[in-house]
Amino acid sequence: MKGVRICSMLILVLFGVWILPVGCGSGGGDSGSTTPNVLPITVNGGPTAAINGGYIYPNAAFTSVTICVHGTSNCQTIGGVLVDTGSFGLRLLSSALSSTLYKTPTVGSNLGECVQFADGSFIWGPVQTFDVKLSGELASSVPIQVLDPNFYASEIPSACSSGYSEEDDLLSLGANGILGIGPIQYDCGNDCRNVASFPTGQVYPYYVCSTSFGCQTTSVSLSQQVQNPVALFSTDNNGVIIELPAVSGPTASLSGSMVFGIDTQSNNALGSATVLTFNQYASITTTYQGTVMPYSFIDSGSNGYFFPSTTIPQDSNGWYIPSTTLNLTATNEGYNGKSSTVSFSVGNADNMYSANPNDAVFNTLAGYTYGYFDWGLPFFYGRNVYTLITPDGNGSYWAY
Amino acid sequence: MVIQTTMRCVILRILLVVIAHVVFVLPSPASAALGGDETTVQADQARMKGTLRSTPTKAYTVHEIKAQTGTVVKEYASLTGKIFAVVWQGPFLPDLRQLLGSYFEQFSQSAQKLKSKHPRVRGPLLIQEPGLVVQTGGHMRAYFGRAYIPELVPQGVAIEEIQ
Repeated sequence: MKGVRICSMLILVLFGVWILPVGCGSGGGDSGSTTPNVLPITVNGGPTAAINGGYIYPNAAFTSVTICVHGTSNCQTIGGVLVDTGSFGLRLLSSALSSTLYKTPTVGSNLGECVQFADGSFIWGPVQTFDVKLSGELASSVPIQVLDPNFYASEIPSACSSGYSEEDDLLSLGANGILGIGPIQYDCGNDCRNVASFPTGQVYPYYVCSTSFGCQTTSVSLSQQVQNPVALFSTDNNGVIIELPAVSGPTASLSGSMVFGIDTQSNNALGSATVLTFNQYASITTTYQGTVMPYSFIDSGSNGYFFPSTTIPQDSNGWYIPSTTLNLTATNEGYNGKSSTVSFSVGNADNMYSANPNDAVFNTLAGYTYGYFDWGLPFFYGRNVYTLITPDGNGSYWAY
Repeated sequence: MVIQTTMRCVILRILLVVIAHVVFVLPSPASAALGGDETTVQADQARMKGTLRSTPTKAYTVHEIKAQTGTVVKEYASLTGKIFAVVWQGPFLPDLRQLLGSYFEQFSQSAQKLKSKHPRVRGPLLIQEPGLVVQTGGHMRAYFGRAYIPELVPQGVAIEEIQ
């Protein structure tokens, strides 16, 4: 019975999900929506800055999200949620949720997700459905991930967790949650629709957990997957603009806006921004000092500029520590052939941090990575950065 | 009745675990891993249900496995048949415990140590130690990374070639 119900729901949601964003989003021009579509964001060190043993999370933008039990006024607003254009879907700490909205599921079969990060950490918890309200926009029945260390705690899949550190609490995550508003709708996509054909040797995210059988990998339809809530708005659902002012040096905090929709209202016109379309890996090509890097990206969830340099000195974390601030340029090119040259500065990370221990905004923070350019939050200071959302990234773009 | 149901569940569960071990663990051939033997590359190909392309150069052979998901894993083998570097790229992270083999523990411990340092990097991870270099990054649905053992990299091979 449950299966039948999920199937018919799936068909309904699939059609709704696939058709709506295309119909509403791709027309261009002002479609006449007047729904309030602006949410304040702030770079202020985040929610751990105020707690015992906490720290200032540098170059991270935070916002507030409201979630409700579907169709009711049983709602809660959660602040200190990281704004991340490098991931897809809403993830909230169970410890930040009131007991009227969430209790750790223990009965029956429960969909769970384990997301491994490249930095040796993972997050874990059940997928639950809530209405999500951002400014005046409503996304109804959105699958979100609750980060809950108590969810089948003894059954956390070792393929995902073993050797990795869990970040399901405020101190380790540095935020009450992550709002993933990147250029793709689904956090896994077609590869998770049939677990039987998923190759072993890669980390699969979705599990079904029960007291009887523990946690086993499971297939998940697109509509059941954790997904970008913006794509489920009834209007202004085709993209997001992050707007942050420029800064000239380290600053305590910085306020800006997240605007929903692109070319759907008078306040979200694309105008003359340079559009850089990308390939299936959500990438653009960045050229820096003659090195061409076709897997580069723009990511508000990265807290510095990250790029390869063999000449700039690094500290033990890989942060760049030049003796004087370097003024550099790199060129971004989209799959559509459009390009733009970006000027940026790289300061001494260790010095700027020790000289400004109470600041959260560091516009010249940069570090090493190999083979690609990661344009993190400092890139957003002084720019309006547009992210177009599509179901699988095909046809998505960044513009600024 | 309650006891019976619980018992049945326990038995079922034990059965399931046993079956899982028989099916998935026992016949699993040794896997190629950093520092390991080149002869196991084909087992990795089978596990990833991928295509294998091997390209010999003067100093090493690159075995490139491409899975249906688009994930690409490259294993660099020296002329003596030792895997001295692995590179990955694609929408999913590879199982690093498998890919890094005996070097996984060092990776894991070093990654945890880096997290306690401030300001913490929220982006790529960089581990550069005697005996092991791991560089990982990217974002959800687009991950990149490489790991190599500096001492095993053949003479005359530039690190930039490994990517």
